[in-house]
Amino acid sequence: MSQTRTDDDLERDDDLARTSDAEERADAGMSTAPAQDDGDAEMRQPQLGVVGWLRWLWRQLTSMRVALILLFLLSVAATPPTLIPQRPVSPIKVSQYFRDHPDRAKIMDKFQLFDVFSSWWFASIYILLFISLAGCIVPRCWAHAKTLRAKPPSAPRNFARLPAYARWETSADPDAVLEVARGALKKRRFRLNPTADSIAAEKGYARETGNLLFHIALFGILVAFALGSLYSVKGGKIVVEGGSFANVLTQYDDRQFGALVDADNLEPFGFRLKSVDQTFQPTGAKRGEPRSFTAHIESWYGHEGKDKSGTIKVNHPLQVGDTKVFMIATGYAPEVTVRDAKGKIAYKGPTIFLPQDGNRTSTGVIKVPDVSIGLKQLGFDAQFLPSAPMDPDGNLLVDPRRGPISVFPSLLNPRLMISGYEGDLGMDSGIPQNIYALKADKMAKFMDGTDVWRKALKVGDTVQLPNGAGSITFDGVKTWANFQVASEPGKGLALFSVVAAILGLVLSLFVRRRRMWVRAVEGPDGHTVVEVGGLARTEGGGLGEEVQEFVDALREAAPANSSGTKVKE
Amino acid sequence: MGVNENLAQFSNVLMYSAIAVYLMAFFAYCMEWTFGSSGAVAKRSADLSVEVLEPAAVGAAGGVALAERPVVVLREGGHDGAGADDQGDVSGGSERADRIGRVAVSLTVLAFLLQAGSVLTRGISVERAPWGNMYEFSTSVSLVVVAAFLVLLWKYPVRWLGLFVTLPVLTTLGVAVTLLYTDSEQLVPALDSYWLWIHVASAIVSFGAFHIGALASILFLFRQGYERRQADPAGAKPGRFDDKLARLPSSASLDKTAYRVNAIIFPLWTFAIVCGAIWAENAWGRYWGWDPKEVWSFITWVAYAAYLHARATAGWKGTKAAAVSLVAFSCFLFNYYGVNIFVNGLHSYAGV
Repeated sequence: MSQTRTDDDLERDDDLARTSDAEERADAGMSTAPAQDDGDAEMRQPQLGVVGWLRWLWRQLTSMRVALILLFLLSVAATPPTLIPQRPVSPIKVSQYFRDHPDRAKIMDKFQLFDVFSSWWFASIYILLFISLAGCIVPRCWAHAKTLRAKPPSAPRNFARLPAYARWETSADPDAVLEVARGALKKRRFRLNPTADSIAAEKGYARETGNLLFHIALFGILVAFALGSLYSVKGGKIVVEGGSFANVLTQYDDRQFGALVDADNLEPFGFRLKSVDQTFQPTGAKRGEPRSFTAHIESWYGHEGKDKSGTIKVNHPLQVGDTKVFMIATGYAPEVTVRDAKGKIAYKGPTIFLPQDGNRTSTGVIKVPDVSIGLKQLGFDAQFLPSAPMDPDGNLLVDPRRGPISVFPSLLNPRLMISGYEGDLGMDSGIPQNIYALKADKMAKFMDGTDVWRKALKVGDTVQLPNGAGSITFDGVKTWANFQVASEPGKGLALFSVVAAILGLVLSLFVRRRRMWVRAVEGPDGHTVVEVGGLARTEGGGLGEEVQEFVDALREAAPANSSGTKVKE
Repeated sequence: MGVNENLAQFSNVLMYSAIAVYLMAFFAYCMEWTFGSSGAVAKRSADLSVEVLEPAAVGAAGGVALAERPVVVLREGGHDGAGADDQGDVSGGSERADRIGRVAVSLTVLAFLLQAGSVLTRGISVERAPWGNMYEFSTSVSLVVVAAFLVLLWKYPVRWLGLFVTLPVLTTLGVAVTLLYTDSEQLVPALDSYWLWIHVASAIVSFGAFHIGALASILFLFRQGYERRQADPAGAKPGRFDDKLARLPSSASLDKTAYRVNAIIFPLWTFAIVCGAIWAENAWGRYWGWDPKEVWSFITWVAYAAYLHARATAGWKGTKAAAVSLVAFSCFLFNYYGVNIFVNGLHSYAGV
């Protein structure tokens, strides 16, 4: 028995109902609700023929069951990226995967498993889901619009069958009772449909409104995503202290532009990086963990824009027009001066090194192509330690496993470790080169007897290169910051939609839709019989209390006869 | 900003005390279940299931009171479900068990206060919201689980839930202090934002409350099995814990509890994800980038959406909907433990 009760209760939760649900409800035949607003309840067999099949397909697609299956598929389809590296998130890991498992990776790539969220199969799931959603929402919008214009259904003949019911006799006049009831219902913001001897009332329409709002807002989010993928600008640029960035295509180190971005007309702004401040946890278990990063900049907008001082911090980007500039990483750029065999300065300036660990042990290469005519080009493989560990005698401590490593990320004791090459850097061949790697196949390594030539320099040191090839001076260290420039045109729409969605969600889950009826008629013995009935059309408690409260509100105008009530036997 | 070491130490002491008291509460709940008798309740829930009143009885029942105040008679479909009309009774009329149950609740309140003190002092020791790493997140989530239980207990007689609440709370805290513990420290710059308060707080409350929803779903499945066995005494043989299951609220009531908790929290969980997206836009320049944490939040969200739909669909409600709710909760668990510990992503700093 209790099982039936459950079913019956749930039967009334019709706000999520779709076609198949309505069919089921008709089958169950236990519904206490009056005729439902949504959909025809009769089961239709698919007709033969194309139209019949199409109609059947459409009915299937818009049924709740299929929507549920699609929701599950969507969840399941989103799981592979947990195990498989994704191109947009970690391209380096993807190429690593290709190196490690070339055969498997090729097959997986056919199924777009390295870019799941742009794959045709992921797209087909959510597009089907949205079609299904549209097929459900559009008819419901019509139905709801009709309901909003319609009057609450008039009172049923037999009140006693309603889930909440009260009946009493009073000597007050039926019309007077109805008048008071009308006022009380109005005060409770019910929509009324009065007839001669009764009033029908309903409230909680906002539930369905909210539900529809939520589902329509989902389309807004979808459109925002589409706008984002078509028009978003995202790119990275490393700037060394003293350097600058102007927002033109060629300035980006790497970029991901949406398909329809007009790359020649990017937001006309730029900035100069004056300095970077960074602090790190000095002590304890988390020693060396970053605590703050601040980039001090001067920015300008347009060709004649004035310079404006400002800062960029993590969580506090620079906003220029619709574009934001974020600082996402920092590192060190050691400054060196390289002189060739003739004493000419062949290279001078900071070189960007990439951090390899939390304490900023960094690696980089210094390429010196512009030596005097007739000399071999120079190249240096280098490692930079912002805080090199020293033993009590002042010698560099070297980690036996990992070689020389830094022990703290700040510039407490900077050391530049170099080894060098001479020969042809291969930069004139026209093939673009990785600025962080030395192409050493046409170069000879500097040797120191039988050992590789290696030197550790502190700031201000100059060492002579072997074979009289010149010298290198470690002038100082600058800090660089990696900036991400981003503009996402869809984000306003996304925010708007998502706020609407949450509002709709709250309405659709917390507003209860219920009906109330009052009837006051003169009984055979001359007394007025007042009947009140309530029906919750959605799940959620409180029907009893609400009806009781309403009944109490009528007590003054329609006091129950003290003789008690004659209940029909 | 430094760290107030004394206060941080004090926070740890409070946490260990809280765990000890939860353990005592847990044993007290166990004793309540053991010493309670099932006789009274079994009879009462049998009455409950044949509650549909005859029309004559309705009138008669109402008639007595009508002289003074017309009383609304509720019948099939008019009842409230959780707490209101069917609440379960662990002690089952045994006075000794009832006393032990009260002690258990008192211990739970004490442990809750100790734990709240621990979370608070931890926050004060570093002058920030104490939600910067997994240890802090876990302790706050379990605090919310207990808070949700105590709020429910204040409004409805849900002492039967106590045993099932203290169990995951103890597990979470145990894992937190042994495996996830880190000393109280300042945050990495990425977390230094007021969105930490909004985004993480709503995630914590959602996660904590979803615990209660999942517990209700699990109990629903057990209770439903029991009710099926009761309905067909000739068929299946009685289960081992039938005398205990008899003291739970009816499956309909448990199902409603699960639905209500999940439905109330779903908008908050949506809000938490949205705040995360806004924060991400502020910190990384994109509001959605399919980072593992974002992916799993999305999966969890879709799974809970599926639950809400399933529960309103004929053929899915009941057992299947409960199963979906548990799948959704498992996704949340994975999103927390799995993604933080095993998957590298932008949320890694929130790690161990």
